[in-house]
Amino acid sequence: MAAVADTISNVQSRLLVPSTATKNQVITIKTLIQHPMYSGFTKDSSGKTIAREIIHSFTCTFNGQPVFAMDLNPAISANPFIEFPVKVDQSGTFEFTWVDDNGATYKNQAQITVS
Amino acid sequence: MEDISTGMMSRRDLLGAAAGVALISLVPVPADATPDDVKKWVGAAIPGPYQSGKVTISAPPIAENGNTVPIGISVDSPMTDQNYVKTIAVAADGNPLPGVAVIHLSPANGQANVNFRIRLAQTQTITAVAQMSDGTAYAATQLIKVTIGGCGG
Repeated sequence: MAAVADTISNVQSRLLVPSTATKNQVITIKTLIQHPMYSGFTKDSSGKTIAREIIHSFTCTFNGQPVFAMDLNPAISANPFIEFPVKVDQSGTFEFTWVDDNGATYKNQAQITVS
Repeated sequence: MEDISTGMMSRRDLLGAAAGVALISLVPVPADATPDDVKKWVGAAIPGPYQSGKVTISAPPIAENGNTVPIGISVDSPMTDQNYVKTIAVAADGNPLPGVAVIHLSPANGQANVNFRIRLAQTQTITAVAQMSDGTAYAATQLIKVTIGGCGG
C-alpha cells in the first residue's frame, strides 16, 4: 500500500518577469515552484511507496487572456521550472496558476509596463 | 511478452545498482515504458502522421543526474495568427510512464521555445511532437545518456 505523503506545505513560487518592455517585444518568463513532485514510483526510507502527488497543471494568463499552459506528468523534476516566451503588446498583469493533485491551487502574479 | 521480460531484467539491474549505492534512500524504480507506449501516448495527444524537421530538442547528450535534466523544445514557426504552433507533446521511452508534458501555445507567445527540467530513469530517447495550427505535425527525437538515473518517471 502506498504511504500517505507528508503534507506538502509552504509551496512558494518564484517568478522572473521583466518589469518593462517595448510594444510587441517577445519577453522570456521564468517560473519555479517549490514542490517535491512525488512521482508515485519512489520509496521513503522505510521502503514504503510514496503516493503520487504532483503539480499536474500550469497556466499563465495576461490581462485575463490565456497565453501559456502546460500539463505536467511525474517525469517533470521536483521544483518544476518552466521558461516560455510571451509577446507583449500592452501593459498589464500576468497571473500564474499551478494545480496540485491534492486539489490545491497556487497563484502568483507579476506586472509589466509596455511602452 | 518480451517487454515484460526485459522489464524484469531492468528491475533486477536497477535494484542491484541501488543496493550498491546504499546511501541513496530513494530507490530507482523499473523503467516500464516502451517505444510503443510512447507512440500511443503521443498519438493520443497529437494525431499523426508526423513529418521530420522544424522541431529542435536541446538537451545535454550526457546527463550526470537523471533527477533534473534541462531540456528545451523549440519549433521553427512564425507564430502568427495564420501559422503557429498549437501543441507540443514530449515523451520518454525509458521511464515508468511515457508522458512527460503537453504544452499549449498560441500566437501570443511570439516564439515557440520552451525550457523545463525532466526526470530520466535511465539512458533513453526523448520524443517531441509539435502540432501546427494547420493540423500538420512534426516530430524529433534525441537520445540522452544518463549517468545516475532519476527517481521514478
